[in-house]
Amino acid sequence: MPILSNDMMRSIIMDHSSNPMNKHLPNGEGYDKVHMHSDNCIDDLDIYFKVEGDKITDACFEGVACTISLSSTDIMCDLIKGKTKKEAEYMIEQYQKMMHEEDFDADVLEDAIVFINTSKQAARIRCATIGWNAASQLLEDKK
Amino acid sequence: MYKLDEIRKQFPMLNNKTMQGVPLVFLDNASTTFKPYSVIKAIEEYYSDYTANHHRGDYDLCYKVDMKVQEVRRKIANFINSDVNEVVFTSGDTEALNLIAYGYALSNLKKDDVILLSLEEHASNTLPWYRICELTGAKVKFVELEDKKITVNKVKEAFNKYQNIKIVSFAHVSNVLGYEIDAKGIAKVAHEHNAIFVLDGAQSVPHIKTDFKDLDVDFITFSAHKMCGPTGVGALIGKYDLLQKMSLFKTGGGMNVKFSKDMNVIPLDAPYKFEAGTLNIAGIIGFGAAIDFINSIGIDSIHQYELELADYALSKLEKCKDIVIYNKDSKSGIIAFNRVGVFAQDEATLLNSKGIAVRSGQHCAKMIDEVIDTVATVRASFYLYTSKKDIDVFVDNLIDGGDILDAYFK
Repeated sequence: MPILSNDMMRSIIMDHSSNPMNKHLPNGEGYDKVHMHSDNCIDDLDIYFKVEGDKITDACFEGVACTISLSSTDIMCDLIKGKTKKEAEYMIEQYQKMMHEEDFDADVLEDAIVFINTSKQAARIRCATIGWNAASQLLEDKK
Repeated sequence: MYKLDEIRKQFPMLNNKTMQGVPLVFLDNASTTFKPYSVIKAIEEYYSDYTANHHRGDYDLCYKVDMKVQEVRRKIANFINSDVNEVVFTSGDTEALNLIAYGYALSNLKKDDVILLSLEEHASNTLPWYRICELTGAKVKFVELEDKKITVNKVKEAFNKYQNIKIVSFAHVSNVLGYEIDAKGIAKVAHEHNAIFVLDGAQSVPHIKTDFKDLDVDFITFSAHKMCGPTGVGALIGKYDLLQKMSLFKTGGGMNVKFSKDMNVIPLDAPYKFEAGTLNIAGIIGFGAAIDFINSIGIDSIHQYELELADYALSKLEKCKDIVIYNKDSKSGIIAFNRVGVFAQDEATLLNSKGIAVRSGQHCAKMIDEVIDTVATVRASFYLYTSKKDIDVFVDNLIDGGDILDAYFK
């Protein structure tokens, strides 16, 4: 499990929300899209994956969202790029377990570990999972 | 003299409750309100001491329930100044507006008729009308606003601009910005043009004297839970001749005189013809206790006190440099604001971490971004039991600010 201090975790979240590198429309063709919105937050996002063969070769998103949604979706995009569908599914599963305070395999979550405290603000779990739920849906659609 | 301490003692939710490990400060009263012991007790008594259905039996218990339901109908009528037969029980404000839409508008509107709304309306006073337009070919138009407000002049202009306005439907007090409209003036304009005027009273009836006869509106709708009553019950107040002319909406037991195999149904008169099925009896009894509670303080005193709270909060908030307030001139206990550069939900989450309950987002008025220059706001809303100390805690936490991520790393 990576050891990150609270300050490091905060700065990772702020970096990804103030400057989300994956927040843009897809460059080119061959992307699948899923629209996500939250009924308790303003979050309104389109998430795009490019899946080639067994691999997710690109991921990006566009829309309006709160700090937690923006940063968690941006980090999801970073982590999922280059993964096989199976690896991605395992990672998503571990992330969801972390959200719900179950035992999880921290090794695969890398920077996404910064959302480990989301359960302290239970109303924001939906924000922290919106991009990750989109990822599940996009992978499910590819089966 | 407003006896706040005595009032607060009557609410179990104000008795040492915590959120996030700190004392709870509840500032989401435009959404729903706490219930005094008297309301809880009235509901409990119905379930413990005299449970029976209404108008369904010949025994004493049933008679008692009938009398109780009628007593609450009278209390509501007195409270809003209508006749007792002009009070229809509904599941809340939303169902009351749907009842007008399906009971009145669906059978009275035709293609190219116009329903006049505003961009500040709550979903409950927008979407039923959209549905009626889909079904009839009528159209929704939006009144122009004057400095974010609906004015009599702008309503007059709308009548000049659009032919065939048949229904005007506005919130008496906006649930986002707290502005009160001149309901009486607008009703007069609507009637001069043979239109009916629907007043969504969800945010006014609990806070300001709302006089159905004096305002001369055609319908008023409201919910009990926003005025210390239980959830799941509310009322439609309608002019009796309009109620009588309205088509049936929900049908079933309790709303008809008789029906036959040739599909002939003779409905009861209004208001009973709209009350199919077993009513929310416990809710209605609680609603009656809520009205008694409000009357025991006095609606004018409540409004006066809320204005005092709003002035107090605004004078403190004005000292916060990075807080933008969208409705400083609103005469209500609703304050809509944002912190510069902070997303509304993030601010609300930070406040949650300090035990302060506020709402963020669009507050179901999803066209509000056309009126104010932001996609979402934080809303703090007060009620008769809110204390200046609640406001101090709220504003002090806003001044302290802190990083929005403090909520996750405390």
